[in-house]
Amino acid sequence: MAGPLYIADPADCVRAVPLEGLTALYHRPSGTTHILAPPAPQILEVLAGSPADADEVAERLARRFDLASEDAGAAIAARLSELEAAGLVRRG
Amino acid sequence: MRHRFELQVGPVAFRVGSAWAGPVAALRRLYAGYPAPAGACDFTVRLEPERPWRRWLRPSVAIRGDYMLPDAAPLALAHGLLAAEMGMNLQMALGQRRFLLLHGATVERGGRALLLTGHSGSGKSTLAALLGERGWRLMGDEFALVDLADGCFHPFPRVVSLKNQALALFDDVAGERLGPVLRGTPKGTIRHLRPRSEAIARMDEPAAPRLILFPRFGRDLAAEARPVGAAEVFVRLTQASTNYVTLGEVGFAALAALVAGTPASAIDYASTEEAVGLVEALWAA
Repeated sequence: MAGPLYIADPADCVRAVPLEGLTALYHRPSGTTHILAPPAPQILEVLAGSPADADEVAERLARRFDLASEDAGAAIAARLSELEAAGLVRRG
Repeated sequence: MRHRFELQVGPVAFRVGSAWAGPVAALRRLYAGYPAPAGACDFTVRLEPERPWRRWLRPSVAIRGDYMLPDAAPLALAHGLLAAEMGMNLQMALGQRRFLLLHGATVERGGRALLLTGHSGSGKSTLAALLGERGWRLMGDEFALVDLADGCFHPFPRVVSLKNQALALFDDVAGERLGPVLRGTPKGTIRHLRPRSEAIARMDEPAAPRLILFPRFGRDLAAEARPVGAAEVFVRLTQASTNYVTLGEVGFAALAALVAGTPASAIDYASTEEAVGLVEALWAA
């Protein structure tokens, strides 16, 4: 499935702090703070400065974080749309 | 202004100007023993008549200063002391940029600090004042001032604002430390309590945080403590901060460091004695 392409800001635009399994993330361009659950921080990491669609994001996650599942693409697409609503990724 | 009073509270210097003598006289008496500012004042509070004729005719005190809320309701002159206190809080809440400000009370023992934070009416102020009479050093009952560089809490030991039923808990305190009983204020019956002299003498001594508690008072609540996860603590403290958003990334860094390095619990209680017991048990754990 070739869905929309998404891109996240480069890594130096965010400051992330782990909080017992969750992540507090400060987004420098907007000055906003977000509390994220996995796999959202990992998605931002693999999308930083490099656009991809949901399937490609799933593949990158599988390669880097050993996160593989049958319908990973659909789950990732849902997370991407949440991250877009939060202003942390945009269509690239 | 006709009547003026300046005072240093921890790292912050205030100037209070008033169109009337009464509020300044009450402040001088209540803040006896506090140092005068060594340098320029950080914030100015002005207590002025709401309209020129209201200086004499049904005197009505408008709270003004460097920072103002346009819709702040004026107070009766009899409540001028409360107006001065609210004015100082307002300057801090709206203008303080040197520290991360958390709405809460702080006390210290053995060089380490305990932060009590929660909604209005949770009893944090009363609890901190009570601990301040029982071997703890009261660092402040309104704001925790978090150092943006090292994360320590700076003391800000203003007078404590005791409300309603809490007044009775402090009947045996020396009268010179208590202000007048202010009845019928927008916050109910209020009486101010000057912290013990040790708290004032040590207002330059910061302390590193050791424990964060979220107290909750309720007549029907069973006394209990439960740990609070780091992400929830983080979110609750952003909500308790008056200047988190304004500070931007330095505020995020200070808050993240505080949350990462400090255990936190929520405590429920139905009486202040239960609360003191829970605090002592968690502190000793």
